[in-house]
Amino acid sequence: MTMTRSKWMTALPYVLILAVLALLPLSGNEYRALIGTRAAIYWVLIAGLNLVVGYAGQLAIGYVALFALGAYTASILAAGNVLPEVSPALALLAASGVGAVFGVVVGLPALRLRTFYFAMTTLGFATIVTQVALGWQDVTGGGIGLSGPSLPAPFDTAWGLYGLCVGLAMIATLITANVAHSRFGRALIATRDAEVAAEASGISKPALLVSVFLFAGAAAGLAGGLFAALQTYITPDAFTFDLSLLFFISILIGGRGSILGPLLGTIILTLLPEIAAPLAAWSTFVYAGLLLVIVLAMPGGIAALLNRENRKALPTGRVILPQQAALRSLLGEARRKQRLDLSGIVLRFGGLRAIDGLDLSVEPGEVHGLIGPNGSGKTTTLNVISGYYKPQEGRLTLGDSPLPAGLPVGRAARGICRTFQTPRIIGEETVLENVMVGGTLAGRATFVEALLSLPRARADERLIRERAVLALKAVGLDGLGDIRADRLQHSELRFLEIARGLMLHPRLVLLDEPAAGLSTIEIERLGALIKAISREGVAVLLVEHHADLIFDVCDRVTVLNLGRVLAHGTPAEIRVHKEVVSAYLGA
Amino acid sequence: MLYSILASGLAVGAVYALIGITYNTMFATSRVMSFTAGQLGMLGGVLGSMFILRLGLPLIVGLGATLLACAAIGVLTEFVAVRPVLKSLDQHLYVLSTLAFALLIQQVTAIEWSTEPQPFPRLFGIGDGVWDEKYWLPVATCAATIIGLEYLYRRTLIGRAFLAVAEDNFAARALGLPERNLRIASYALAAVVGGLAGFSGGELLLAFFANGPQLNFYGFIPVALGGLGNNRGAVIGGLALGLFQQAANFAVGGIFASVAVFVMFIAILLAAPQGLFGSSAARRV
Repeated sequence: MTMTRSKWMTALPYVLILAVLALLPLSGNEYRALIGTRAAIYWVLIAGLNLVVGYAGQLAIGYVALFALGAYTASILAAGNVLPEVSPALALLAASGVGAVFGVVVGLPALRLRTFYFAMTTLGFATIVTQVALGWQDVTGGGIGLSGPSLPAPFDTAWGLYGLCVGLAMIATLITANVAHSRFGRALIATRDAEVAAEASGISKPALLVSVFLFAGAAAGLAGGLFAALQTYITPDAFTFDLSLLFFISILIGGRGSILGPLLGTIILTLLPEIAAPLAAWSTFVYAGLLLVIVLAMPGGIAALLNRENRKALPTGRVILPQQAALRSLLGEARRKQRLDLSGIVLRFGGLRAIDGLDLSVEPGEVHGLIGPNGSGKTTTLNVISGYYKPQEGRLTLGDSPLPAGLPVGRAARGICRTFQTPRIIGEETVLENVMVGGTLAGRATFVEALLSLPRARADERLIRERAVLALKAVGLDGLGDIRADRLQHSELRFLEIARGLMLHPRLVLLDEPAAGLSTIEIERLGALIKAISREGVAVLLVEHHADLIFDVCDRVTVLNLGRVLAHGTPAEIRVHKEVVSAYLGA
Repeated sequence: MLYSILASGLAVGAVYALIGITYNTMFATSRVMSFTAGQLGMLGGVLGSMFILRLGLPLIVGLGATLLACAAIGVLTEFVAVRPVLKSLDQHLYVLSTLAFALLIQQVTAIEWSTEPQPFPRLFGIGDGVWDEKYWLPVATCAATIIGLEYLYRRTLIGRAFLAVAEDNFAARALGLPERNLRIASYALAAVVGGLAGFSGGELLLAFFANGPQLNFYGFIPVALGGLGNNRGAVIGGLALGLFQQAANFAVGGIFASVAVFVMFIAILLAAPQGLFGSSAARRV
């Protein structure tokens, strides 16, 4: 009952917008058709760009270049001044294709480099496209321009084109919403807010971004082609940087990680110059001022204002109660058990030997403790195992196959999951969605299937959601699934990370100080949970400072000092080991 | 022909290098890449033309007034667009705030000054042909700036304080260095360098409001080539970029020269993401 009601509430704003758009032709005012068409075209571009900016967090500030590219491609092909003339529909399709290709080309630096570089390349690309459009006169008509494609009936009238563009805008809304609510949308947000956790969950940022750049570029190219048809005549002046700002700011006003917010932003910014006509000369100034105000005063945008869920009070007196039955059905069907082996690992940072010839093995079904003083190489060892550091010497194997050094993304697929000293959480997403990120690899549907929400994509969604609910129960966080993760307390975040890791159906669990910041009773429950996980046949490597927890749950313990093994054995042996007591445990 | 490519290539290259140093100087104390760098170059030209040609001030006074105004803009940048977002550097909000501030500067210039390129005064009237002052002035300014900055960083206390903050912000604060004031000072210094770039290159680039985004992009390339924060890398990268651009201009024509520069930029970024002289990335886990 409440479910259907909340669904209806989500759909309501879209229904209202659609109703206004459907009633607009009754006014018979063709100028309104023009404005409506323009808003719809902008939205086709912005809907795609929203995945890049709002979801992936990439600052693509020069998307007007792809828009212009689409407009010129469609116009040039339809005019036939270079190649043989093609039909307008084919010209629009080609515009979309060219947009997709250049969307990826401009995005290439984003795959490897910091955000600022991507902002710069898109800006640089925007200046170049304008220069080429001006200078390449034989093809583009230079400053004089050329005529846009004329679409066949019924799209050759103002209201016909309006209908086409509104229809395409609806499709754009639907398919971007499909992506946003799929494992791809969650993965995008994960790479934006918790890149390291995304890698540990097996999300490959480059592959993901290329899909999104292709899609956003195609949408921008198509929008450009439609714009050329709307304008009937295009010149380089039509594609100033102001337009890029409008696209970009619509998303920021709307808020990150939302579809409705940017949609409202687009409508507002398209209507703004119509309402405030005297401001025309100052439009860039107004946009820039708006941008500054949003960034400084309301980084959450419209979406944050609309979200009432977040302001509800959280249940008080919450306790974390792991449920073993849920854990059993989550890890039930056994995966082939594998043993982790490290031999002769050496990792140097300059002259410092952080790990100095380490041998270590963790058996399936055992909890292996790794302890030692600060700087002894515990977390560094975890980072070597999970691929963040590449050792200069030594071998890593899981089961019979070697683990490639220095490749973190491949670890999840091999069944290795980990938690971090400071929990890596996507604060703006719900607890359940955070856990679902860990299930990204379980999905079978491709990006295109997710776009169209085909049966396989829906089946993925169901499966991942079911398992995430189970994982939350297993770690004792059920009932908190719908709450934004940044509202949880610290101890809950630690259990949330374990739940995310369990989504992988792991063979090996690496825990980095999971008890830090927990109360005594929480530590006890954590210990029971760790033990229960290992008893399902999982190998657990536990780095921890709480000696009680280590001695309670570990089957074997290795003590590190200065990057070397100082001692190893059962907890009882370690507890009385002379050197360990003097170097670390204290009398 | 070769000589004129060399002369114009080195001249624009020196301007790009100076803009690169502007980026670096701001980056050093705040870890922020600011979009105002190119606008400061634009302002150097526009304000120079305004003070000397329009208001008829003598060269030295005009130069002083230009640099002072640029420094004020630099300090304003720090207050308006940088300080409020420093707390959340990892969200890259500075990209947006500095972009917004840069556009405000550009738009005010367009409306209050002119949307057409305006002439820049001939400063000394020395030289002609490839030895014309418009070619050697930016190069000489770039050399003087480098020498001045080296002196500042190596020989003066405040320069060493800059280096300390750039090296390790927290440690510098723990030593009692006035980190906030140093940051403000570095924004003023960066703005002066940016203003000098525009002023010395004014006879070449004219006083034109739309120079800002161009300088932003072409001034960033030397930084990307030379590695973030590396001034020597920026100078080498800037001069190389200027020569490449002018040679491409001559070989394939103006429009495709910018395409060539863009392609080279992306190719180098992909091949050497840290720049040719840069150091490796920070620790993540």
